[in-house]
Amino acid sequence: MNADDGNFEEPILRLRRRIEELSALPDDAAHRKEIEKLREKLERVSKEIYAGLTPWQKTLVARHPARPYPLDYVEALMSDFVELHGDRKFADDAAVIAGFARFRQRPVAVVGHQKGRDTKEKIRRNFGMPRPEGFRKALRVMELAEKFGRPILSFIDTAGAYPGIDAEERGQAEAIAVNLREMARFHVPIVVTVTGEGGSGGALALGIGDRVLMLEHSTYSVISPEGCASILWKDAARKKDAAEAMRLTAADLRDLEVIDEIVPEPPGGAHADPAGAAAAVGEAVERHLSEVADLTPEERRERRYRRFRALGRFETAGPA
Amino acid sequence: MWFRKDRAPKEVREGRTSKVPEGLWVKCDSCRQILYNKELARNFKICPKCGFHFRLSAPERLRMLFDDEEWVELDPGLRSSDPLRFRDSKKYRDRLREAEEGVGPSDAIVVGSGTLDGIPVIIGAMEFFFMAGSMGSVVGEKIARACERALADRRPLILVSTSGGARMQEGILSLMQMGKIAAALGRLAEARVPYVSVMADPTTGGVTASYAMLGDLNIAEPNALIGFAGPRVIEQTIRQTLPEGFQRSEFLLEHGMLDLIVDRSEMKATLARCLRLLWDGRPAA
Repeated sequence: MNADDGNFEEPILRLRRRIEELSALPDDAAHRKEIEKLREKLERVSKEIYAGLTPWQKTLVARHPARPYPLDYVEALMSDFVELHGDRKFADDAAVIAGFARFRQRPVAVVGHQKGRDTKEKIRRNFGMPRPEGFRKALRVMELAEKFGRPILSFIDTAGAYPGIDAEERGQAEAIAVNLREMARFHVPIVVTVTGEGGSGGALALGIGDRVLMLEHSTYSVISPEGCASILWKDAARKKDAAEAMRLTAADLRDLEVIDEIVPEPPGGAHADPAGAAAAVGEAVERHLSEVADLTPEERRERRYRRFRALGRFETAGPA
Repeated sequence: MWFRKDRAPKEVREGRTSKVPEGLWVKCDSCRQILYNKELARNFKICPKCGFHFRLSAPERLRMLFDDEEWVELDPGLRSSDPLRFRDSKKYRDRLREAEEGVGPSDAIVVGSGTLDGIPVIIGAMEFFFMAGSMGSVVGEKIARACERALADRRPLILVSTSGGARMQEGILSLMQMGKIAAALGRLAEARVPYVSVMADPTTGGVTASYAMLGDLNIAEPNALIGFAGPRVIEQTIRQTLPEGFQRSEFLLEHGMLDLIVDRSEMKATLARCLRLLWDGRPAA
C-alpha cells in the first residue's frame, strides 16, 4: 500500500492482465479452463476488496478516471437525448450538461455535472467544476421541465463549484442559492443520483429532489477530505483521517437519512462494468420516479419540503 | 471609494476568538488607532478615525436593530449535538462546550422577535464568535423555524450573516441546512413576506450560497468580505494573488450582487425605510 492507499486495485489489475495474456494465446481447452478459473477469482477478489474499502479509498473510487460520468448514464439509459446549451445570460458552461431525453419511453429533463475524459475535454469541461452559468443553465432547463410537466433526472459528479475569480464575480453563491430555492419549489418529480463525487454546494445545487440516490462507492460531503484536513488539522496530508471523520460514504448518508437508497455497484466498482452500473441506476431511478410520479404535484412538493426540512440533528434543552 | 484598506484582507480562520477587549481602550484592527472603548460603543463599534466596522456579537447586533433594545428570543433551547462523533485535533463536543462557555448557549445565531422602528419583525443575528459563525444543524433549524414563524405571523424576516460557512464538524448535515433554509425562504417568498439579507464581515461559503444571497434585498456593511470560496482557496486554485478589494462589499456592489452598502450607523433607519416601501403589513388576501 502506498501513502494514498491508491493501489488497492493492484490484485484486480494483475488478474485482469493475466486473463488478457491468456486470451491472446491459442484457444485451447487448458487455456479456456484457466481463464474461467481466473475470472471466478477476479470476481471474488473484486468483491472482497470493494466490500472493505475505507472512506478514503471510496473517495478515490468516486474520482476514478474510468468511472462512468453522467453523460455515460444518459447514453446507456436514454434515447433521443437533445443537449441544450447556455444560460441565456453569459455563456455555455461545459462542466454542466442539460437537456431532454426519453427514459423508458418517458420524456424527461436531464441535468448533471460532466468532468471530461482526456486532457483536452477535461480542460473544456473545467474538470466538472461549474461556474455560475453552469448552475443557471441547469436551472433554465429545469424551469422548462416545470413548464412542460417533465420529470427531472439529476446526476451528480463534481469536486465542487469552481473557486475562481470569474466565478465569484458572476455570483457563484447566488447561482447555487437560487437553484436550491427553485428546485424545492418545482412541482414536477425530481430524482437525484450521486454517481461519483458529491462535492459540497456545487453538488447540492443540482441535488434537491423527491428522492436522492447514491451509487455504492460514490461520496457526498460538505468539503473535500483534503480541504477539511487543511482547515481542521492544518495539514492536507491528514485527508484519510478527514475522510473517516466526515462520514461521506453512501452507507453513512443513508444512516443520517440524507439519501433514500444505495444503488449497488458491480464487483470492482462502476468502472469495472459500466453497463452493469447503468442497469442498476436505471432500475433504481425508474422505481423511484414511478413512485413519486403517482403523487399529486402539490403533495410531491410538500413531501420534498418536509424531506429536506427534517434534515439535521440537534438537542433541545430547557424550554424550547 | 472613500475608504480603502491598504492591507491584504484578513483571512477568516476557524475558531478565531479575538474579541474587542473589555478594557478601557482598544486598538482599531484596521488603522491601529487607539480608541476609547465607550466612544467606540457609542459609535456603533465603527472606528471614528477610519470607519472600520468592528465585528459585533449577536446580542450587540440585535440591540442596534430592535426598538428599545428589546426582543423575545426564539428557540433559545436548541443545542448542537454531535451526530458524527467528530474529532479532529479536538473533539467537536469540547469545541462546543468551550464556545458555549465563552460566548453563550445560543450557538452561532440568536433569533429574536420584536419591532424595528415600530414594524413587527423577526431578526436572526449570527454569532461569529461561536465557532466562526459556522452553520450546523442548530443554525439551520433556527433559521428554518424563523422563516416559518415569519410566514405564520406575516412579519418581515431579517437575517444578519457573519459566518465562515458550513460547520465541517457536522459534515453532510451542515451542507443539507443550505437546502433546508433555501426551501423555507422559498415558501416565505411565495407568501410575499419580505426577507432582507444583511451581510457583515465575513460572509462566506454555504451561508452565502444559501440564505445570504436570497434576500429580496441584499444589503452589506462596508468592506465586508463576502464570497463563496474563501480567498485562500481561490489563490491556491489559480496560483495568483487576488486583485485589490476582491470579494469586498464594494466589489460585489459593482458586480451586481448587492442592492446597497449601508453604514452600520444607518442600518436600522435604512431597513425601516425599505420595509415600509415594500410592505404595508397587511395580511395576505
